[in-house]
Parts: sequence; structure tokens; C-alpha cells
Amino acid sequence: MIDESLAALSDTLFSISVGLYSLAVVAFCAELAFGRSVRGRTEQLVAAGGVPAQPPVDAPAAGEPVEPARARRLGLVAMVLTGLGAVTHAGVLVARGMATDRLPWGNMYEFATAVVLVAVVAYLVLAVRAPSLRHIGVFLLAPVVLSMVLIGLFLYAEAGPLVAALRSSWLAIHVSTATIGFGIFFVSGIASVLYLVRTRRDATVAAGASTGASAAPSLLDRLPTAAALDRTAHRTAVFGFPIWTFAVIAGAIWAESAWGRFWGWDPKETWAFIAWIVYAAYLHARTTAGWRGRPSAWINIVGLVVMIFNLLFVNLVSTGLHSYGGV
Amino acid sequence: MTATAPPRPAAPASPPSPPSPGRRVAGRLLRWWRQLTAMRTALILLFLLAVAAIPGSLLPQRSLSRSDVAGYLAEYPTIGPWLDRLYLFDVFSSPWFAAIYLLLFISLIGCVVPRAIEHGRSLFTPPPTAPRHLQRLPESAALSTSLAGPAALDVVEEELRVRRFRVVRREGRSGPEVSAEKGYLRETGNVLFHLSLLALLLGLAGGKLWGYEGSILVTEGQGFCNAFQQYDTHRSGPLVDGEDLSRLCVDLEDFEAVYEENLTAASYTADISWELDGADPVGTTIGVNDPLRVGGDRVYVTGHGFSPVFSIARPDGQTFTDLSAPFLPADLGTMLSQGVLKVPDLGAGSTEQLAIEGFLAPTGVLEAGFLTSINPRPLDPKVGIDVYTGYLGLDSGLPQSVYALDREQIDRGLLNRVARTNLAIGESTTLPDGTVVTFSGLKEFAALQVSHDPGQVWVLGASIAVLVGLLGMLLVRRERVFARSGPAPDGGGTVLSIGSLTRGSADTGPRFTSLTEDVQAALAARADAPASTPAARGHGPAPDEEAPPS
Ligand code: HEM
Repeated sequence: MIDESLAALSDTLFSISVGLYSLAVVAFCAELAFGRSVRGRTEQLVAAGGVPAQPPVDAPAAGEPVEPARARRLGLVAMVLTGLGAVTHAGVLVARGMATDRLPWGNMYEFATAVVLVAVVAYLVLAVRAPSLRHIGVFLLAPVVLSMVLIGLFLYAEAGPLVAALRSSWLAIHVSTATIGFGIFFVSGIASVLYLVRTRRDATVAAGASTGASAAPSLLDRLPTAAALDRTAHRTAVFGFPIWTFAVIAGAIWAESAWGRFWGWDPKETWAFIAWIVYAAYLHARTTAGWRGRPSAWINIVGLVVMIFNLLFVNLVSTGLHSYGGV
Repeated sequence: MTATAPPRPAAPASPPSPPSPGRRVAGRLLRWWRQLTAMRTALILLFLLAVAAIPGSLLPQRSLSRSDVAGYLAEYPTIGPWLDRLYLFDVFSSPWFAAIYLLLFISLIGCVVPRAIEHGRSLFTPPPTAPRHLQRLPESAALSTSLAGPAALDVVEEELRVRRFRVVRREGRSGPEVSAEKGYLRETGNVLFHLSLLALLLGLAGGKLWGYEGSILVTEGQGFCNAFQQYDTHRSGPLVDGEDLSRLCVDLEDFEAVYEENLTAASYTADISWELDGADPVGTTIGVNDPLRVGGDRVYVTGHGFSPVFSIARPDGQTFTDLSAPFLPADLGTMLSQGVLKVPDLGAGSTEQLAIEGFLAPTGVLEAGFLTSINPRPLDPKVGIDVYTGYLGLDSGLPQSVYALDREQIDRGLLNRVARTNLAIGESTTLPDGTVVTFSGLKEFAALQVSHDPGQVWVLGASIAVLVGLLGMLLVRRERVFARSGPAPDGGGTVLSIGSLTRGSADTGPRFTSLTEDVQAALAARADAPASTPAARGHGPAPDEEAPPS
């Protein structure tokens, strides 16, 4: 029995979350803009103050602007908006779950919505623990808003009951962990993209410095340091990898009881395997001479692309046992 | 800060004299082996494996659907056979896929076995000696104190023991030194992870070699026994002997499909009775997500459908009742199904054979003379059938599908359509020769599958070990701390150098800082009370505890 009013509430909350996230993007942009306008001044202050050029690990690197109060306030507003968005976003899923009286990740719309929520929560946790990482906010929330809009437009499915094969406690175990893993890889992939952007920017600045011409200031200078981004990408991937491994194992256990074999190279299984291999390669690359830095960041990005491909292509285009999609 | 794998010991320099051919070959093999077991090679092999899996998901695979592959070959007659020659329709059992993962796992063995042995040894040996230049380690500090060298090292040792390091004191070339290590579980996890991957592969291979699978459609009231001849389709590993199959028999007593209001399938359950080795039958219910597990075999419900029941009354008075055949669902949403009932023997005195081919709709409606189904439940069953008489070609020697007629016999004019009609339950049609065909009822059938995979418990155990090893490897950090005391350059007091090397963590800085700060504070406290009190001595470690024998 579907509770229509709760289902409608869930849909409304979805729109509200998109709105809150969009406002947060605006606030993050404003923060970046204000942070930048005082760059020259702060640099002079630093130089005049004779601050030693030996910053502690997580503090902004030498030459990075000290945050003016207005920017900090805007950043706080953005964080609060993001947090509120996450709360209504969680409400989307809770209301769906109550409307349908089951776990709210039984079709692609619900699954994708949950993945994005995990990504936002992972970002919030990171940003609270290491404030310098807050500045990746706009680069994370912009894709989040885009994903939500696309999910709402193309994946939306009416609240409804589950097909027989999904009525299993393994749905809770397998799909929840897959969602968490995916959401964390999402953040990790974005961090690697920003790492690539930041290292390119640093190279430009360095090249400018060596020829004496200073590079034009850019919003990119407000990103966390390349090392911090690389570390964030690696740590989140390290966190996500065992979860993903567990999700794949739980999926195999479920497949054994639902389909008669634990592994059958169904397209979804094949791509889950590919993603697992790519992330294992990323972890290896990080410890292999000649692959550190940009090459391994690329591998992490390939991993995220594979995850997204697995969600979209395999559910929408190919036909396999997993194509219950419900779109 | 990235963790850095310690460099492999370099190959011993080759002797200056020209090597003998045997040595040259051995040297080359050794080089190949080193290359194969290098991390870089493993990385490339991992990528190859991922890339090699891609065509397996984009092209139809025989292991998933033979008919899809046949359809693809028919649609692309030029490139299809080429793809087939490259095993692109059997990717996961192709020689090149096997080659990649075998190489990967040889590489894994070559890489992990020595590591495992070395790790096993390191568990029983004290931490390594301090490197000569502590200041070159990723984290290092120099503290000066008025304490004498050994007393200063006592302080370091104490701080490290509180932090659960394994500590050893040595007399090094450049003064007394302390080596300490903790986080052995990280390496244990790494070894466990990679070894479990090997175990997992063995389990998979074993399952493939000794496993089998058979599928059969069973109508309510009927049953089957576990033998390859009985199955509609089966697949078995190369080492399976048909005689070895467990003696399991299953009867389907009742099948039930339950639907939600919006016609989503909510559950399929089958009441079965099974017997093993001729023991007494046992009744049980199986369903989706809930197979029967008995004697190493599993019995699944993989689908269901309807078998229309017909009766035939010949003009000479002979009647045949309860004739039925499973019609396969063409649309799972409405269960509109398609099939054929073949009746090769119409009794004494008749050389003619008969077939009823067509559609079955569990809840049928006629739209412009065409039969469709609007509900998967058998609320108002109807069939839309063609009746043929003549020669079915069953004994022509060529295998034919039980779900379709042999078109060749129709084309040759040996099998002729004699009626086309739509019937509801109880209705009948009369053929030109006076035979009456009645649609008398509907039975439900279940698609059952028996699977046997002796490797799967192995695989499960290995994958749990993979996960445990992974957690150990990723969550534990291995830290080594070294300290050495020496006289201060200006002659007054002692300089204590401390350095640390960490694998597996990002934030080494803060923890190293906290260690040095604690050491500094303890040094200061100790220096203020130079004649150390008995209490302080009592807590201090004995200097030579755990020193290596030599
Ligand atoms: C399916 C294949 C493999 C997977 C999924 C895998 C996975 C992993 C993972 C996740 C790590 C942890 C990296 C880290 O510490 O951040 C690791 C470490 C390692 N792997 Fe593999 N591995 C595989 C195959 C191999 C092979 C074939 C070799 C041998 C050449 C190998 C050698 C190593 C080594 C030496 C480390 C230690 C790196 C370190 O701790 O610094 N692995 N592996």
C-alpha cells in the first residue's frame, strides 16, 4: 500500500534540496570571489609581518590569502545551506521509505538519490574536520546539483512496491554499502579532478615565477594545496574501497540465493569487477614509483567514470538480470 | 606524504668474467621473473584485466544467452564470425582472459610469497638497525638535553613503550641507538589479502571444474530427478561425471505467484517434496531468494508460467485428455505466453499427428481479433491457436525445439494448418475431419534449476579473508622510529636525534610532533631531577632488555 501524501512530500523535499544546494553553490562562489579580492593585500601583510615560510601541514601554504571575515561568513552560510540541503535530502529518502514501507533504494531514482546524499555527507564530514577542504565546496556541490537535476528529470520513478527478487534482507546490506561506497568514490573522484587542476595551476604559477612574470590571480589559488587534495582523494578512496569490496561480496552472496550462482558475469557484475580492479590499481599506483601524482589521480577519475557508467549504461541500455532499473 | 615501498635488494653484480651460456639463460630467466613480479607489471596486468572484461559486457555472451549470440551472428554475418574467432562471445572463458589472470596471479605469487616469508621472519626479529642519517627520514628532529646519552635514550624508549612500540637498544657505529616498530598487522593484512586472492581464484577454478547446473520446467503434479538426461538444458564442468550426481528427486506439488495491486510480482513460491538417496520424501517451500539447499545441491525457482490443458476427441470415439505443454512467457508483465503442444500419437489406426500452436493469455481480451493479456493472474484464460495435422518430423533425426514447430515440415506441405481459433476455458473447435479439440484447463509450471558448485564455500571464505586483510592493510599504519644520542657539537650535554618512517597514513606530522614534544618534556623533567629518584628508575626500562643476541 503506497501512502500517496508521503510520496508527494518526498518529491517536494527533493525540489527543496536542489534549491538549497543551488543556494549553497552561489554562497560558495561568493566566498571564493571575496576571498580573492584581498589577495594582494594579504600577501603584503604576510611579507611585512615576516611570517616564517614554514606552514604547518594543514594550514594554507605561504602566499595563500588569509581569509577576510566577510568571506568566512559567506563560507559559513554556504556550509549551513549545504547541511540543511543534506537534511531535506535525507528527508526525501525517509519519506519515500515510509510511503512505500520498505528501504528507499529499490530503483535507480532512489539509489542515485542516495548516492548523492552520501557524497554530500562525506563532504560535510571532511569540511568540518579539515576546514581548508571547505573550499572544494563549489566544485563538489555544482556536480551534486547537476546530478540531482538529471536524476529528477531522467531517472524519476513513482513510489511503488519492489519486485520479488529485491525482497531480501540483502537489499539492505548490498545496496546500502554499494551506495556508501559509490558516494565516497564520488567525493574522491572530484578531489582527484581538483588535484589535476591545482597541479596544472601550480605549474603555470611556477613557470610564471621563473620567467619573472607573475601569473594572473585566479580562483584556483583558493583551492586547497595539491598535496591536501591528493591526500583527500587517497584517504576517501581508502575508506571507500573496503566498503565497495564488501558490497560486491554481499552482492555475490545475494546473487547466489536469488539467481542460483554467486557470479555470472552479468553486465552489472562485470562492471562492478572492473571498478574494483581500477580502484585497486589506483591504490597500487599511489605506492608505485613513476605513477604517483597525476597518473594515479587519472586512475581514480577513471574509477569514478566506471562507477557512473555502471549505474547509467548498464541499467538503461544493456539487458541483464540487474535491469529491474524501474525507470 | 606517500608511503614508499622499500626498494628491492638489487641483483648481485654479475662476475666480471664472461658468463657461461647456462648462467646467461638463468640470468635472463631471473630478469624476466623480476620483471613479472614487479609492482609495475602487476599494475599493467590489472589494467589489462579490466579492459579485457569490457567486451564481455558489451557483446552478447554465450554463458548468459546462447540465443542472443546466435541473433548477433545472424545480424552481423561479416564481423560476427571474426569476433567469434577471437572468443569475444566467450570472453570469460577465453584463453586470452585466462592468460591475463594467470600472469597476474603468477606475479602475485612471486611478489607475495617472499614477502610473506620475510614478514613471518620479521615477526620474530627485533626492529632493524637505525639508518645512518636520521635527518633524512621523512620526519626527524634533534633535541638537546643535559642528560647523558644513555639516560636520554631511556626517556625515548619509555615514551615509545607507552605507545606500544616494540623497542630495541643497540650500540651502533655512531653511538648508542634505539630502533622501534609497531603496526605489524599492516603487513600481515597485506599478505593475507594477496594470498586470499589466490585462494579465491582456486575456489573459482574448482567450482568451474566440478560444478554443474541443470534447468527444467516442471508442471504442478510432476517431478524430476537429478540426471542430465532429464534436464531441458544443463551445463557441467569438465571433471563432472554424470554418474556422480547426487541422487536427488524433486516433485512440484503446488506453485503460487502473488502480485501487488499494481501487478508487480511480490513472490513466487513452490511447494515441493524432495528425496535424497531414496530416503523418505520431505516437504518444503522454496521461492525467490529462498532455495532448497541439500547435500551440496541447491534447487531454485527461476521462473514460472502456464501450461494450457487440451483434450482431443477423435471421430472414431477415442479421446485423449489432460494433454498439456508449457507455454513460455513472452511478456513477464502480463504473462502472455507462447508455445506448442505436439501430439505425435493419435491412437491405433491413425498415422496422422497433431500440433496445437499459439498464444496463451492468463487474462485474455480480444482486440480486433487478436488475443492479448491484461493481467498476469489466470483470471480469464484464453488461447489463440492454430491446429496442424500431418507429419511433425520428430523422428527425422534432427533435434527440434519443444517450444516451436518444425517449419520445414510446413513448408514442404507435410504439416498443414486445419484450424485457427480463439478459445476460452471449456470451449472447443471442430476440425474438418470431425476431431474436437477442447481447451479444458490451465496448469502452472515452475522453472526449476539445480546447481552444484563445490567451490563456492571456498570462495566465500577467501573473500572474507580478502576483506579482513584489506582492512588490516588499509587501517593499520606501520611506524618505525629511530633515535640516537651523541655529544652536542659545542661539548655541553647531549643531542638526541629522532627520526620516523610511517607507511599507510597521511597525517604523520602531528603524531611525530606529539612524540617529540613528550620526549622533550620528559627530558626536561628528568634533567631537573638529575639524581633520579628510585621511583623513576623503577619505571624505566632496563637498558638491555630485548637487545639482539649478537
Ligand atoms: C587483483 C589483484 C590485486 C589487488 C586487488 C591488489 C590490491 C592491493 C591493495 C588495495 C594494496 C594496498 C595499497 C596501499 O597500501 O595503499 C596493495 C598493496 C600491495 N600490493 Fe597488491 N593487489 C593485487 C595484486 C597484486 C600483485 C599481482 C602484486 C605483485 C606484484 C601486488 C603487490 C602489492 C604490494 C607489494 C603492495 C604493498 C604496497 C604498500 O603497502 O606500499 N598486488 N595491493
